[in-house]
Amino acid sequence: MIYPTLRFLFPPEGPPILEKSVNVGKVADIPPDSGQLFRIGNKPGLLVRDAAGQFRAHIAICTHLDCTVQFKADESIIWCACHNGRYNLQGANIAGPPPRPLDPLDVTIKADEVHVSFPG
Amino acid sequence: MSHSQDKTPPAQLRDKRPDPLARMYGWANERYQLDGLIKFLKSKEVPMTRASIWYYAGGVALFLFVIQVITGILLLMYYVPTTDQAYDSVQYIMAKVHFGWLVRSMHAWSANLLILLAFTHMFSVFFMRAYRRPRELTWVTGCVLLGLCMAFGFSGYLLPWNELAFFATKVGTDIAGELPLVGPLFLEIMRGGEDVTGATLSRFFGLHVAILPGIMTVVLGLHLLMIQRQGMSKPKGWSSLPHSQRRAMPFFPQFALRDMLLWFVVLNALAAVAVFAPMHLGHEADPFAPAPAGIRPEWYFLAGYQALKWLPPTVGPINGELIGVIGMGIVGLLVLFVPFIDRTPEGGPRRRVLDIAGFIFLTGLILLTVLGHVLE
Repeated sequence: MIYPTLRFLFPPEGPPILEKSVNVGKVADIPPDSGQLFRIGNKPGLLVRDAAGQFRAHIAICTHLDCTVQFKADESIIWCACHNGRYNLQGANIAGPPPRPLDPLDVTIKADEVHVSFPG
Repeated sequence: MSHSQDKTPPAQLRDKRPDPLARMYGWANERYQLDGLIKFLKSKEVPMTRASIWYYAGGVALFLFVIQVITGILLLMYYVPTTDQAYDSVQYIMAKVHFGWLVRSMHAWSANLLILLAFTHMFSVFFMRAYRRPRELTWVTGCVLLGLCMAFGFSGYLLPWNELAFFATKVGTDIAGELPLVGPLFLEIMRGGEDVTGATLSRFFGLHVAILPGIMTVVLGLHLLMIQRQGMSKPKGWSSLPHSQRRAMPFFPQFALRDMLLWFVVLNALAAVAVFAPMHLGHEADPFAPAPAGIRPEWYFLAGYQALKWLPPTVGPINGELIGVIGMGIVGLLVLFVPFIDRTPEGGPRRRVLDIAGFIFLTGLILLTVLGHVLE
């Protein structure tokens, strides 16, 4: 009875996530020096357009304790409000408790629209 | 007319018949030997010293737990534990249900007060050395009760499904997930999957209203039974005093009545706080929104929260979070096993070391809590 009880506590695997790429919006609608959260699979993603107009995207989950990060315009960084973790726009952890960089996503521009996908 | 008058017993006999209360007591006493219980309660004495005020903390904590049970059961009548209805149902309780705002506010405030009183009770028992032989297990069950109260707080915090609760649960469960070996399994069981979702809400609801109350009832029962069997701990030097100098008060009814009077004061204070500072609901949780600026956990987790903020990402090859989790675990175990660590005679030099350790721990806890509240 112990094994069935323990096994019962672990949820069965859900359906596979088929969504590999999402359309975040038109290039013209995303101004430089801004960030935008979006959903990719069952995760939050963060698309950042830096002051030079370049796009980068990451899984928006802080590598410290799982909070959702955001773009902080006044400092031009990616910031986690939970424990003041800081990342640069390349996703590298630069201050606070995060132990490693944010997980990157691939960004492609197709027909003037920004598409973000899981790497590989 | 004269017939009914004949049936009435003479006045002398009527006066000798016991009143209904006495008859009820007699009925119960015959079956359950209440005389023996009252004799036992009357034989219990509470030492009257300068430190006697601390004896009330445990009783008030017990009273607040009863408030928690009553208000919790009332909230259950309307609360719906699903991600699409939880927030709305709490909003409905606060806005539409008669006195729903009062019931919810009292539930939330008494939860906070309960933890404050449980901490007060624990530190007073520590500094009065009331945990020593033969009361080691009373201390252990008390520590378990404090842990259960915090687990109640943590699981109940998620139930309104607001954004603060959502991220607090993400962080809290992720910390548990850092435990060596069992962490990832523990995380999956708590969340009901990889992320905090409706499955987590269901599990936390079950934990809050069924599993924890069940465990709490057993442990609380044991704790109270031990206190009744062993009586109140006597302060240092009490036993060496001559009988004429030992000031004590019978537990029943004198101390019990004082206890109850304080409970009424606490109930009124609680109602006043609930009315003038109602608990706000905040914004509904959105799993795809960023953690709001200024987010903080409940005050009783602030010390741990601040410590985690200060920990570096890595200490040598070891993850900073893991160091934090192990450190908090060691502190928790040290507290739990205090009666087995402190086997020094009264007034010995090691006792002073423990006093200083306790003082540093308490000061550190308060300092980290305050800093966790004021620092960005």
